[in-house]
Amino acid sequence: MSLLEVRGLEVAFENEEGEDLVVVDGVDLSLKPGQTLGLVGESGCGKSVSALSLLRLLPQPTGKILNGSILWKGNDLLTMSNDEIRSIRGKEIGMVFQEPMNALNPAHTIGRQVDEVFLTHQGLDRKQARVHTLKMLEKVGIPEPGIRANEYPHQLSGGMRQRIVIAIALACEPDLIIADEPTTALDVTIQAQVLQLMSKLQEQSGASLLLITHDLGVVAQTCDEVAVMYAGRIVERAPMRRLFEFPQHAYTRGLLASIPSLTGPVQTELPVIPGMIPALADLSSGCRFAPRSPYAHEQEWLDVRAPLVEIEDNHWVEDCPACRRLNSEALS
Amino acid sequence: MEKLLKISQLKVHFPVKGGIWMRPVATCKAVDGVSLEISKGETLGLVGESGCGKSTLARTVVGLNEPTTGEILLDGQKLGDYSGNLGKKNRKRVQMVFQDPAESLNSRHTVGQILEEPLVVHKKGDQGERASRVKELLNLVGLPLASVARYPFEFSGGQRQRIGIARALVLNPEILVLDEPVSALDLSIRSQVINLLLKLKNRLGLTCLFISHDLSVVRHLSDRIAVMYLGKVVEIASAEELINNPLHAYTRSLIGAIPQANPKVHGEFSVLSGEVPSPINPPPGCPFGYRVGSPFYTESIGQSLDLKEFKPGHFVQDCPCCVI
Repeated sequence: MSLLEVRGLEVAFENEEGEDLVVVDGVDLSLKPGQTLGLVGESGCGKSVSALSLLRLLPQPTGKILNGSILWKGNDLLTMSNDEIRSIRGKEIGMVFQEPMNALNPAHTIGRQVDEVFLTHQGLDRKQARVHTLKMLEKVGIPEPGIRANEYPHQLSGGMRQRIVIAIALACEPDLIIADEPTTALDVTIQAQVLQLMSKLQEQSGASLLLITHDLGVVAQTCDEVAVMYAGRIVERAPMRRLFEFPQHAYTRGLLASIPSLTGPVQTELPVIPGMIPALADLSSGCRFAPRSPYAHEQEWLDVRAPLVEIEDNHWVEDCPACRRLNSEALS
Repeated sequence: MEKLLKISQLKVHFPVKGGIWMRPVATCKAVDGVSLEISKGETLGLVGESGCGKSTLARTVVGLNEPTTGEILLDGQKLGDYSGNLGKKNRKRVQMVFQDPAESLNSRHTVGQILEEPLVVHKKGDQGERASRVKELLNLVGLPLASVARYPFEFSGGQRQRIGIARALVLNPEILVLDEPVSALDLSIRSQVINLLLKLKNRLGLTCLFISHDLSVVRHLSDRIAVMYLGKVVEIASAEELINNPLHAYTRSLIGAIPQANPKVHGEFSVLSGEVPSPINPPPGCPFGYRVGSPFYTESIGQSLDLKEFKPGHFVQDCPCCVI
């Protein structure tokens, strides 16, 4: 059974004229216990908004969930009361944010911020909470936790701060961790440390991980399954290896081809996806990749949205004839 | 080959002020004895983690920071003193592209004004000539001519970086310093800008100092790569040689830490312990050996840690704990 099941999620933001701009347009996701799902896409594709809506953390009052359901262990998060969802946030679902300096409170000591999780969700008193906090800090690799707990976020380096955020997210041993670009703000060597730490802790606790990133390298090294988002929709979803070996959608192929690698040819032109990401206001209802796709689209494909089809075991792709036909041609 | 830019024993130190009187209490050695050479038409890549001094080095080359000691020679002529008339002449020869195109363009100027300003400052040509130069540049970087009358906010991130590149090229500089020019861009846009830089390099024969933390991007664009760690260059070699046969332990870890977009190397990436020590209070010996707790660290204390040519064209810091 799925731990998390998102069906037809539609999220919109209201602009100044009071119109709804749809940023997430019918997204389906599912996560099994212990699984790591990567959600990949460029800025503005709706990946972070999707993650925030899972915990109902959208900015109010402009952000609204128009449609869909988010089933958490069979219960719909969207119909829960605020109290009910508050007991899930931080306890059953932990969240790791991109920029640790913004996620931590600069005026509180680190210890106090980790204590808070235990005080809120486990009803411990301050003394007991601090014991757990120190254990948790040690677990995420903070040297001298006793001293560090009394320090403030600005006294730590970026990598250490992100470890604190991870400690807070994992304090109650959640069943799901949502990590929104957890390593984007970090240096490569620190990124490797943090990724290793996250997978170690995830393995120990058996939690699922929803990893949101734009870095396909991070995906290749950590995920079991990958969903690729473009302009508010998932265009392809596949087991990680299959996505890299056998990408089906023109966008996925374009993205994979455009990354400079450590082994490929140098100082040659990289294959590019021409054009740029469409603005939210002028999204078509049909294939949204059409203006950048190397293959011509018929009018009908621009007007009608193609469904995701399963082309092999657990490998789904948006069935736009152009974006897919190109690939079957390239394969033959 | 002719050396166009020569940086020798460059040190850039910043005073750290503290106490009630804000007196200097310590020195931050951002760049601590760097020597580099760039030949005409060559692209030198400079990689390192944040805080290693790579941006300070770039800013010193274009004259935004003053060198504490050491000198920068362009074609045998001393750079670095950017004041007065000679300074103005020198400025024109070295131009810079910044990381964040949204913050490095004046939001109240049109693209035409932004591109024309360097020509006005250096009193080049009349109005007509300047306008045609601006058009030429827009063509070169692949922006529509109608952009002249538009403002930076009307452009996407990738297009803004094209404007930044055009502005740096408008004076025909001899050296272009690029400080993380593609780091702020989205994946699909990044490759477009990388291709533009390659095209410009080949067409104009540009000499570049290309700074980035992303080794894959640097490898793609550079002829040679220099690796910096805590204010010092630890290794320099041709791009291929450096990636395939890294000699310094830090270079090896840096390469090993990059997550590859290739599931076949799944889980092989190496993890380095520790963090970069502070440039204000660096350890007495080799800072990298200190970070990873190398068993030979004590041997590096008191060593000069200068670069030594291990193979033709492949220079590595002569450090007992990192090069074994």
